[in-house]
Amino acid sequence: MKLRTNQQERSERRWGLFFIAPWIIGFLAFNIAPMIASLGFTFTNYNPANPDKTQFIGLTQWIRAFTEDPETYPAILKTLVFSAICLPITFGTALAVAMVLNSKRLLGKSLFQTLFFLPTMIPTIAAALIWTGILNSQTGWVNVFIEKLTGFHAVGSDGIPWTTSPYLIYFTYSLVSLWGMGNTMIIFLAGLQNISVELYEAADIDGAGWWAQLRRITLPMLSPVIFFNLVIALIGLLQYFAVPFTLNQGRGLGFPDGASNFLAVDFYAQSFAFANMGYGAVLAWVIFLFGLAFSLLLFWSQKKWVYYGGEK
Amino acid sequence: MMETTRTTYSVKKANRLKTAGITAAVIACLGLFLMPLGYGIATALKSPDQAASSEFRVLPLSPAQVQHNGEKWDLYKVPMADGSVKTLAMVQKGRQMSTFADPANLDTPPIEWKGNWRTLTPELQLDPQWSNFVTSWQAIDFVNLLKNTLLYAGVSTFGILLSSSFVAYGFARFRFPGKNLAFVLVLATMILPNMITLIPTYTFFFSIGWVGSWLPLLVPAFFANGFNIFLLRQFFMGIPRELDEAAKIDGAGPLRTLYQVILPQAVPALVAAGLFNFFYCWNDYFLPLIYLAGHPALYPISVGLSAFSTQYVIYPYLVQSASILASLLPIIIFFFTRRFFMEGVVLAGVDK
Repeated sequence: MKLRTNQQERSERRWGLFFIAPWIIGFLAFNIAPMIASLGFTFTNYNPANPDKTQFIGLTQWIRAFTEDPETYPAILKTLVFSAICLPITFGTALAVAMVLNSKRLLGKSLFQTLFFLPTMIPTIAAALIWTGILNSQTGWVNVFIEKLTGFHAVGSDGIPWTTSPYLIYFTYSLVSLWGMGNTMIIFLAGLQNISVELYEAADIDGAGWWAQLRRITLPMLSPVIFFNLVIALIGLLQYFAVPFTLNQGRGLGFPDGASNFLAVDFYAQSFAFANMGYGAVLAWVIFLFGLAFSLLLFWSQKKWVYYGGEK
Repeated sequence: MMETTRTTYSVKKANRLKTAGITAAVIACLGLFLMPLGYGIATALKSPDQAASSEFRVLPLSPAQVQHNGEKWDLYKVPMADGSVKTLAMVQKGRQMSTFADPANLDTPPIEWKGNWRTLTPELQLDPQWSNFVTSWQAIDFVNLLKNTLLYAGVSTFGILLSSSFVAYGFARFRFPGKNLAFVLVLATMILPNMITLIPTYTFFFSIGWVGSWLPLLVPAFFANGFNIFLLRQFFMGIPRELDEAAKIDGAGPLRTLYQVILPQAVPALVAAGLFNFFYCWNDYFLPLIYLAGHPALYPISVGLSAFSTQYVIYPYLVQSASILASLLPIIIFFFTRRFFMEGVVLAGVDK
């Protein structure tokens, strides 16, 4: 009898490893090996245009990134500033829409849910082109409507420069991101629907107002969902590239005034436009280390703010 | 008794007012949220003249005209001596005096009107340029982009479903050493920035001659990925083990159990995973840009649209019509599959 159990266990072990084998191979070939190689690349001057001249140059590329290259710190700062603007806008809107869609007092919920989700289906590139069209300072609707409604001079080359001001551009990018908030919104909505109605009823009896209920019930109960979305969103923002790249193809990366020279844009320019792949690998590691730091920070801090229902 | 009824009645009335108020506010917000889409469609339908018009117009409007003996006369709103405003066709314009004809009966003697014609408002009519869609369809070579994207999405979806369902089954049903660690690593790959592995991977694909082809985008799909493993595993865990046991008693091995018991039960999750990957490919930009640079004939839709927008930047109506074209298929598919899709989002996102 004992023998059979051992045999069964061994067979189960073998089948388990057999089934996850594709992932193990992929993980080694497409994650672990390239990560190690990527670290190795940072110590070289590898350039695919003349690979024969590749030399081991020690920490030169790292020193260049942090002491000589004037773009590195600004690129980090721009990425962080943009994240600090984009995250509250997208998360706040997604949460607000999810709360309204969860309200008892809304007619046609499933229609509204579909329509608020709809822009998420629009490809990011198309969304960027449509938003920069409507925000065009001379022909876009937004400036014209602002001028007609408020009388404030908004239209024209001296109007509101949504797409050409280094200060407003982060807001414009955030609006493009807002059109991709659908998944976050749906996940928030599902999280809200999981909150027991009794909690709110009890709070009503205790006389808790709307704000108190939001802070004491809704946000804590949603915190695991917020946590998950925050991690995903931060990693996405560290790699923010497609929108500024598409919009700036004709006029040089970084437009306006270097504002869109994010870490990922800098990485692309160094690795693929200038083919300095050794140096590009350093920037990739900077992106990775920031992602790791954010993830660890969030995982560490979740004890303080993430509430896991039954587990405590 | 009377008192209670009256209270209930007024509470009901207040609730109904609240419902109407909230619904109206949501409609207004939704209008603002979707307004750029309206801009995109309206601009996509404008002619070069309409787009360049100094007068701001939301819709693609053109001056209304009537034809008379091969001549085209514009219609204007003309204030008449008796204080009424009539819509008349302008036969001859002048600074001091213009002549007009009644559009209902163009052969009647012309009507003379004193005043500068420039002060008159033209009669406008909707004049959408549907042909812009044809123009941008051809200019962007939409058929080729569509073919490429469907190929990319089709092959990679097949690979991902095949490999990820295999791996997810392994995690959901078998005990083996290091399983927990392996699963944590699966989750970790979901938040690994792909730039950290890109340069060596690119160099490797370059050295075996794959850069400039679809292979770097398609082959990794056959080795499963974190997101789909997680999604399918969550679903597989929800399938009762009794079904596996029954198949085992019937003599089915693990492979047959996967294909004959688990996968047929997991169709909703497989559809959701397939949809996610389709939309992902439709949206994918960075990796195709890197691996297909210099091969426009191989571009998928997002890279093609991006290149098109740069080339046609001085034709906003074509850029907008191409953007709308690129959005249509995902929107249509979403409308037909939204229940599957949204349930999949929740499955992947809430139960962690």
